[in-house]
Amino acid sequence: MQNFTYHRPGSVEEAVQALSAASDGTLMGGGMTLLPTLKQRLASPSDVVDLGGVAGLSGISEDGGKVVVGAMTTHAEVASNAIVTAKIPALAALAGAIGDPAVRNRGTIGGSIANNDPAADYPAALVGLGATVRTNKREIAADDFFTGLFETALAEGEVITAVAFPVPERAGYAKFPNPASRYAIVGVMASTGPAGTRVAVTGAGACVFRASAMESALGGGFSADALSGASVSADDLNSDIHASAEYRAHLVGVMARRAVAAAG
Amino acid sequence: MPTVSMTVNGRSAAGEVEGRTLLVEFLREHLRLTGTHVGCDTSQCGACVVHVNGKSVKSCTLLAVQAEGAEVTTIEGLAQNGELHPMQAAFKEHHGLQCGFCTPGMVMSAVDLLNTNAHPSETEIRDWLEGNICRCTGYHNIVKAIQAVAQGQGG
Amino acid sequence: MTDTGIGASVRRKEDNRFLTGRGRYTDDINRTGQAYACFLRSPHAHAKIDGIDTGAAKNAPGVIAVLTGDDVAADGLGGIPCGFAPTGVQAPHNAPPRPALVQGKVCFVGDLVAMVIADDLNQAKDAAELIQVDYQELPANVDPAKATDSSTTRIHEAAENNLYADWGLGDKEATDQAFAQAHHVTKIDLINNRQIPNAMEPRCSIGEYDQADESYTLYTTTQNPHVTRLLLAAYVLQIPEHKLRVVSADVGGGFGSKIPHYPEEALVTWTAKKVGRPVKWTAERSESFLSDTHGRDHVTRAELALDENGKFLALRVHTSASLGAYLSTFGAMSTTYLYAPVLSGQYIIPAIYCGVTIVFTNTAPIDAERGAGRPEATYLVERLVENAARETGIDRIEIRRRNFIPEDAFPYQTPVVLAYDSGNYAPILDKALEMADRAGFETRNADAKSRGKLRGIGFCTYIEACGIAPSNVAGAIGAGIGLYESAEVRFAVTGAVTVFTGSHQHGQGHETTFAQIVADRLGVPFDSVDIVHGDTARVQWGHGTYGSRSLAVGGSAIAVACDKAIEKGKKVAAHLLEASVTDIEFKDGNFTVSGTDQSKSFGEIIAAAMVPHNFPLDEMEPGLDQRSFYDPKNFTFPAGCHICEVEIDPDTGVVKIVNWTAVDDFGKIVNPMIVEGQIHGGVAHGIGQALLENCVYDPESGQLLTGSYMDYCMPRADDLPNFNLGFTETPCPHNPLGVKGCGEAGAIAAPPALINAVIDAIGVDIDMPATPEKVWRALQSRPQAAE
Repeated sequence: MQNFTYHRPGSVEEAVQALSAASDGTLMGGGMTLLPTLKQRLASPSDVVDLGGVAGLSGISEDGGKVVVGAMTTHAEVASNAIVTAKIPALAALAGAIGDPAVRNRGTIGGSIANNDPAADYPAALVGLGATVRTNKREIAADDFFTGLFETALAEGEVITAVAFPVPERAGYAKFPNPASRYAIVGVMASTGPAGTRVAVTGAGACVFRASAMESALGGGFSADALSGASVSADDLNSDIHASAEYRAHLVGVMARRAVAAAG
Repeated sequence: MPTVSMTVNGRSAAGEVEGRTLLVEFLREHLRLTGTHVGCDTSQCGACVVHVNGKSVKSCTLLAVQAEGAEVTTIEGLAQNGELHPMQAAFKEHHGLQCGFCTPGMVMSAVDLLNTNAHPSETEIRDWLEGNICRCTGYHNIVKAIQAVAQGQGG
Repeated sequence: MTDTGIGASVRRKEDNRFLTGRGRYTDDINRTGQAYACFLRSPHAHAKIDGIDTGAAKNAPGVIAVLTGDDVAADGLGGIPCGFAPTGVQAPHNAPPRPALVQGKVCFVGDLVAMVIADDLNQAKDAAELIQVDYQELPANVDPAKATDSSTTRIHEAAENNLYADWGLGDKEATDQAFAQAHHVTKIDLINNRQIPNAMEPRCSIGEYDQADESYTLYTTTQNPHVTRLLLAAYVLQIPEHKLRVVSADVGGGFGSKIPHYPEEALVTWTAKKVGRPVKWTAERSESFLSDTHGRDHVTRAELALDENGKFLALRVHTSASLGAYLSTFGAMSTTYLYAPVLSGQYIIPAIYCGVTIVFTNTAPIDAERGAGRPEATYLVERLVENAARETGIDRIEIRRRNFIPEDAFPYQTPVVLAYDSGNYAPILDKALEMADRAGFETRNADAKSRGKLRGIGFCTYIEACGIAPSNVAGAIGAGIGLYESAEVRFAVTGAVTVFTGSHQHGQGHETTFAQIVADRLGVPFDSVDIVHGDTARVQWGHGTYGSRSLAVGGSAIAVACDKAIEKGKKVAAHLLEASVTDIEFKDGNFTVSGTDQSKSFGEIIAAAMVPHNFPLDEMEPGLDQRSFYDPKNFTFPAGCHICEVEIDPDTGVVKIVNWTAVDDFGKIVNPMIVEGQIHGGVAHGIGQALLENCVYDPESGQLLTGSYMDYCMPRADDLPNFNLGFTETPCPHNPLGVKGCGEAGAIAAPPALINAVIDAIGVDIDMPATPEKVWRALQSRPQAAE
């Protein structure tokens, strides 16, 4: 990778300062996507601002009926945390199946959603559970946060601090992994609760999306059987050497039924 | 150039690095601890797995400066007083290695598994090893070696 | 059997260093004052180069040299040679040259355009980005079946129609006649998918030049250091071989990809003298994907003729096989003489003809990959056999039994060159069926059905020709080298034994297995035996490790050298014991005067020979050291039966392997633990090809679409089952150990067993790899899809 200036700020303010002072700076969470990207010289920032030393960005708490996950909380912590496993087991299961154990020990929820990889799991969790992204400037509903392929609603100098998840009545996640990368070819988070009935799909399109026909079908009863007949169109879905759009559309149906069936 | 200091296998280690220096480069090139290997450039093969503060991480996907102040254990630090760690002994006993290239990362991952889950099922072992690729063994004997340690019958 | 002798699962000598991080792989080596190389590789599959501007790169910080094909030509470096040109071609070999750095044209994505050498690696990489290359893109072709089409752009001046050679083996006329009289003909079209060997250690080479004696040293990741030395010294550098030392210490897997001599090896060696410093290059995995040799890549149409009793009459095969963009060291061997000669399988097939159209495509060069030709042949034979069974209504096991070469027919001459020395196939099949509980399959199938799963069982009864190879055969088929092996056994005064072998270990456990042979043969302690390999300065000569040859050829060479030492030892013992040499018997490490208790241990004989105070110096030289050059009399012919059982999720098409049974006949087994490990790994490699791995180039642009582990699916622990192994033993009759070789068997047997199981489950044909989408689509295409 090309060289850069490394910063390890102690606070969000310092991070923002370092970023704004850089000619072409970037924030780093766990670095699980950023570092491989830099190694392949697909990006060459002048400055890397590591959020690993910022106090208060890591950890999980309950806040007004919501489960709040700090931006620098690792996937491994989310997967094993007592609050998450008790309140939103589907979220714990999702986090516990991201990447591999060593990746889960470093990768963070904030880094993942800021990157918004179309095949990442967390976008499905946030949209499928109706979460809210907290930044140093504002709160953003998940439905508004993920705006497109590797794009989010984050503004310049905006730093994710936490994600707040409402506790669903029932939620389940099912993932069909790419056999090689183990990213989601299709991942579906289905839930019902205070955020309504939601079916969020990752991996299949350019960006996470809600399968509205399926959400309607589940309106009459949150069961896998209710989904029979509901489908998504293959139009606009991803097509690559691993899965055609048609196959992905089919898998969305299968994974949605499995997600609902898995919902506790 | 930034300086970095950490504890590696119980000894303090420090050096001047570039921002871009990876932990694995620091270990291999600065400290000459060449037991930690690099098998890919997309953070998937796991040949570079070491423990940072007791947890397995991919040292090819961590900057040396990110490990500032950390406790790092590499494959060289696993055996104590000339005695193989039970996981190392079990890999030998059950022929869990052939060419040996993936082995350091595989062993470090396996140790972390049993630290996290002392009695994993076969499925849990196989799932855990998702981030460690071996081309030689077909994993059969690696799984056996880990099971043996979990059952207290390592080497 | 002792606990360290032949037949014992001795734990490996080499493991301690690997397990404690003290292996010595090439990238672990740093030479004083070394510089670092990186390569600028072609981003295009096919393009002319109108100019290369290296000015900015040369002026970048830390840069020592930037070199292109012009520099290679100016220094008169020879092209990267090919070591094999098959005999039996029906059109002349069109062998284009391969300069170490391209000259005016790139032929695949990853082709070597320029070399940058700098004080450190990052400086070299930074500078490489500054090189400007003016490419004029040309249409690319990656499909072997289209290579000779008139519409396909020619890659090499020397190869009209992109044809390397049209090659054939067998009696075409007799085969055609047999087909004319067939009761039934089973036809198949199939693709043997391109696979990337993917040894976990990326390639690495360090060149060094010693001005004092004008000699070079190359540290490199090779499976055959002596052959690399020959090719590099004699053909590329054009220096005497003794002026080049090749060292390949610990090598992290090969699987065929570290057989060839690569241009990067030549370039670091050449430039070490040019820049006056050692030059080191280590491949990144992305480079490995692009530039390691790949395997397979066949497009085949085949037909099997049967009589009314289900007996095979003839086999007719035509294959289009890719060599990639250039001839690799043994590239054309896997597509010819390692392929067609095993098309007879375990069967009597009276007439066989196989034609291979061998072509160039804009892809990475093809060379051996675990099995090399034999997996391709076995896959097509075993697919045909099961299809023939389905079409004729004969049970898949029964059709095999009807056509097996019977035990009393050995040695058996096939119609495709090979004479199988030994074999006994029915007991292998019987044992495998019992271990796999074939009889219980229907019960398991019914259970799977009740769970909504599709269950299938598939078989493969394979033959392998390995233990490569008798040198006269190697010469007759077109190899540029002999294929004997050498060994040297040296004795220290204190009794230690050091064995120097021309075989090379990169995971196979030679340091243990070979020591067992020596301990067993000489009756010396296992721990007193050390094995040395991988250094042309220490080992007299060798042909390296591939083709499952190490034990059968390299191990036999060691056995012969040991026997020579025993023979001399008898003379020494006769002298010491004042007996006639004809009365000396050697057993369990002791030389004994027949019928007496007068005896000398091997250690005592070593001491007497090395400190010859009491020694027949007028009759013999002191010392006991011996060397041998063992040339095998024939190939060896391992055989086996693998049975795979799968369950398929019809909703997703995901194939899960639920049972794997393998019964193999490798003749005598020296270390069962190591042999089992070889089967596990070989089967995993074959499962990879059949289920997961596929090297895909974009058909239009020629870009490698599976250029990292993100897209190229390596088998992981959770993809694979446990393996249920069994063995039968028909010793090889022509080598001193009775051994056959086991390294490739799994990769040969696994793909057809697995695909046959999938076809059994879904009821329609499918190509490798049987990915979920492919299986799901096949299920949709079934006439009874609604079932």
